[in-house]
Amino acid sequence: MIPQEIFDSIKAKFPKSVLEERSTGVHDPFAAIAPESIRDVCLFLRDDDALAFDFLMCLSGVDYTGGKLGVVYHLHSMKRGHKIALKVEVPASNPHCGSVESVWKTANWHEREAFDLFGIVFDGHPDLRRILLPDDWEGHPLRKDYQVPEYYHGMKVPY
Amino acid sequence: MEAALTIPGFHRSLKSHEMVLNMGPQHPSTHGVLRLELIVDGEVVIDVVPHIGYLHRCFEKHAEHMTNYQQVIPYCDRMDYIAAMNNDLGYAIACEKLLAIKVPERVEYIRVVMAELQRIASHLLAIGTYGMDIGAFTPFLYCFRDRERILDIFEQTCGARLLYNYIWIGGLSHDVPVDFQQKVKDFCDAFRPTIRELNQLLTYNKIFIERTANVGVLPADVAINYGASGPVLRGSGVKWDLRRNDPYSIYDRFEFDIPVGLGEVGTVGDCWDRYIVRVREMEQSLRIIEQAVASIPAGNVQSAIPKRIRPDAADLYVRTETPKGELGYYIIADGTTSPFRVKVRPPTFVNLSILPAMSRGAMIADVIAILGSIDIVLGEVDR
Repeated sequence: MIPQEIFDSIKAKFPKSVLEERSTGVHDPFAAIAPESIRDVCLFLRDDDALAFDFLMCLSGVDYTGGKLGVVYHLHSMKRGHKIALKVEVPASNPHCGSVESVWKTANWHEREAFDLFGIVFDGHPDLRRILLPDDWEGHPLRKDYQVPEYYHGMKVPY
Repeated sequence: MEAALTIPGFHRSLKSHEMVLNMGPQHPSTHGVLRLELIVDGEVVIDVVPHIGYLHRCFEKHAEHMTNYQQVIPYCDRMDYIAAMNNDLGYAIACEKLLAIKVPERVEYIRVVMAELQRIASHLLAIGTYGMDIGAFTPFLYCFRDRERILDIFEQTCGARLLYNYIWIGGLSHDVPVDFQQKVKDFCDAFRPTIRELNQLLTYNKIFIERTANVGVLPADVAINYGASGPVLRGSGVKWDLRRNDPYSIYDRFEFDIPVGLGEVGTVGDCWDRYIVRVREMEQSLRIIEQAVASIPAGNVQSAIPKRIRPDAADLYVRTETPKGELGYYIIADGTTSPFRVKVRPPTFVNLSILPAMSRGAMIADVIAILGSIDIVLGEVDR
């Protein structure tokens, strides 16, 4: 299936959830999805036989600056051989997004990483805690406005 | 819990309770600094909670703070330091796609030879240390002897033995030395018999099979749902290799087979299957090297290197097949000389997340065998 057909079938099923779509240009063809319906859209993409997106390649958190955070999902279908990207945008002041851990287990660690480094909260994740940084770390380092702390547990950070 | 009830002499009336056992971060079988929290009932593992991040240095933040795209490459080297060439190749291909650069034929061929030599070197380390995890020390020395020959070729080419900074955006840092083709051919001829030697020494060793067959079985559908890739996925019987299924560089020009796990000594997807896939992949890599090295065209390896790297605003996810699996770079360019965001999808990060699912119900000693069969590199898991 070409990306446009995939987007059309998502829109037919979830008319209110698809906010934007683009399938030309120097980027992977993507559809922007509303954060609260991402899980249902992903479940549909996985279980629909014509789409059959069985493989979540990558899940990335992004800080778009200007008070906007984002999550980007890169999906691939081993069965059908097509791939698309989904993008979700959440406000930095209240970054909540649905978890797709129940759709693809691989999202478990990816979502923990996005929570750890960006502070995006994935609602419905079974074990959402920091994964790369220590449990008592303050702040989310990959946000563009992150300030490196001067002290960590009383030790001076040398730069 | 169920498995514990089948142990002879275990009585229901006997009081038992779960115990938490820490393995690592300093433990010979964790291949670096990984801490596993084992929840055990006697010898039986009920759950495993991996704790990672001991080597975290936030590669992604570093990449955003470089003054240009080229400067990121030495950091890519240091992710999977066992297979640095493949990491550089993935990043270079991603940047070339953003810039729409066509690299010269000579560069493509040399890159393929380097990437496949590196794949053999990485698999040799994986196989050698895996044998050592199980208790076979000698194969480790044999594997390192052969790996040394590959590192010598790399050293002659770019001066470094581990972290090369060799594959640049649009080209290579150096051309290969004059006797490169002969050296690689000599290596291929000398290495092929040693695979047979390795099979006699380790692969079909009865003790080794006892320890790895039917252990840590990973069914294909579970592997796909967990996003497994590389030998872990192919060990489960899925014929999936990005060099064939989503070709990049010039891999579509070479003949090679994709070995998969067949359950020859146990069940499809057990530790032995993941191991044997690596052994057979080395033979296939040799085939690719021999085809590629015989037809390296003449040319300048630096003619396509851009003077200024400044891609237009765009975002791309580019994936390549490293020895460990699918390495993806998601790069967002914003029209400046440094990337706005670089997200790495490390293959072993994803493969390691399957460990709890594979280890439940196994013995503690089996966890070592399962962990070794995933072939993790903590530099890449933690980034």
